[in-house]
Amino acid sequence: MIQVAVQLAYVAATALFILSLHWMNDPKTGRRSVFAGMSAMLLAIAATWIQPQILHHGWILLAILAGFLVGVPLSRVPLTAVPQRTALSHAFGGLAAGLVGVAKYFLWLGEGAEHLTTFRMIAIIAEVLLGFVTFTGSLVAAGKLQEIKWIPQRPVTYPLQNVGNIGLLVLAVALGIALILFPAESWSHLAFLAVVGLSLLFGVLLVVPIGGADMPTVISILNSYAGLSAVAMGFVLDNKLLITAGALDGSSGLILSIIMCRAMNRSFTNVLFGAFGQVQKAQAVGPQKEYRAETIEGASQILELASSVVIVPGYGMAVARAQHKVRELYAQLTKRGITVKFAIHPVAGRMPGHMNVLLAETDIPYTDLVEMSEINPDLPRADVALVIGANDVVNPAARSDKQSPIYGMPIIDADKAKTVFVIKRGRGLGFAGIENELYFQDQTWMLFGDAKEVVGALVKELAGESGVH
Amino acid sequence: MNDYWSMLFVFVLASFIGLGVIRRVSRLLYTPLMSLTNAISAIAVVGSLIVAGSDYPPTIRFLGAVALFASVTNIVSGFLITDRMLKMFKPKQQEPGEKV
Repeated sequence: MIQVAVQLAYVAATALFILSLHWMNDPKTGRRSVFAGMSAMLLAIAATWIQPQILHHGWILLAILAGFLVGVPLSRVPLTAVPQRTALSHAFGGLAAGLVGVAKYFLWLGEGAEHLTTFRMIAIIAEVLLGFVTFTGSLVAAGKLQEIKWIPQRPVTYPLQNVGNIGLLVLAVALGIALILFPAESWSHLAFLAVVGLSLLFGVLLVVPIGGADMPTVISILNSYAGLSAVAMGFVLDNKLLITAGALDGSSGLILSIIMCRAMNRSFTNVLFGAFGQVQKAQAVGPQKEYRAETIEGASQILELASSVVIVPGYGMAVARAQHKVRELYAQLTKRGITVKFAIHPVAGRMPGHMNVLLAETDIPYTDLVEMSEINPDLPRADVALVIGANDVVNPAARSDKQSPIYGMPIIDADKAKTVFVIKRGRGLGFAGIENELYFQDQTWMLFGDAKEVVGALVKELAGESGVH
Repeated sequence: MNDYWSMLFVFVLASFIGLGVIRRVSRLLYTPLMSLTNAISAIAVVGSLIVAGSDYPPTIRFLGAVALFASVTNIVSGFLITDRMLKMFKPKQQEPGEKV
């Protein structure tokens, strides 16, 4: 009787999870997603908890309480910190899967070898590998995003890196296969712990070489792994709800990874094993070109005379926390009847959709946040393109220079606008370490300084003028 | 034995449903999508609950309890932050009829 109720609840939860993701296809129905997802989750938890096999409630209550104590503050982080929060939650997801895998292995080992069937062992090994790799890999990613001092931001490379990493993975998989064949020998539990250890180590070594600009792809891949580890847990526990929900998460991560890779014109293997930082040094430095700087007054006059302005935000805007000033600039310009659109590159920022969330927070209507492929045809007609803290995503070398490491990457055609303003913190090179021709074009003017201060000064100038006229 | 096959069927079908549904998600919402799927994959809570609450040896239940803590953290923070982000996406107020 109770089993019927449990299964019905699981089926309903599955349907609600799918609906939840379906409603994410439009910002208008988005909030329904959360409602559907939460209902499904509560249903699933209740249905599991009422099962007669659950006898010990003390630790459950304690763990749930602790989960709330940590979870609520984590949901209130500033939006600039959302990428590291996301990475951290992938780590939690991986940890949960890994621990349940370990628990089930030792439980069945203790109860008798006949429980450790080949199928279960395959599922447990997959769960432990995916779970613990996701755990440490995501922790390192979160550390890099949080800019913790002892975790290097730059891509870290050392000799024999890829050989070493792949060797480690091969060793872990080989031990895993040995365990699948001999799950309950006298040495098996040691081999099992070795698989756990190697997975933890591999997770660290996999992400340490990866630099900040590749984070959108890495986060997406780890998202996918976290989902797949939940699928493996479903196989271990013979639970179809886990398999469904995990598969939904896994496919979501997969799609986002593919989109991110395409947006950078790179392959998965290239992101994971390419260590982006090391190749670029070969770029010959040509004759030192001159930047042409523009003053705030001059720039605001040109902005005022424009009829359409396209703003290209990048990670620099997030670092400077300039989004609220950008919103004021948007208000100043639209007040004058100027059309203002934001051109969003898929990999701008540190995770998929990062720029959209930052700008939406400031009350800029989402209808003015335009995706790269939709805005590019409009750029030749734009009077001004204002680049705020973006670099590689507007570098025309991606279109023309076959030698360039970013050649082939789709970019926002900021260089086609009639006038280009670039707000840039310093005179240094971008992440990829390459010169950006855009900065030296005839119609380009640089506004040097911190993005927040420069945009703030522009707003002040525009506001002042409107007071006089 | 047969159940392995039905589990594989469920996995394959769910993956394709996932691919179909996610492909249509608005590009604006990728960040909240990720936190939502994060919360959803914290369905691992179900497995953790069973391990933490069944009549197993204490060490095993302890591992389950830690996993349960991790899952609940993801559920709570995942849904709350997704809702917080989705609330922020507003269409243009003045011209509600404008096409995107």
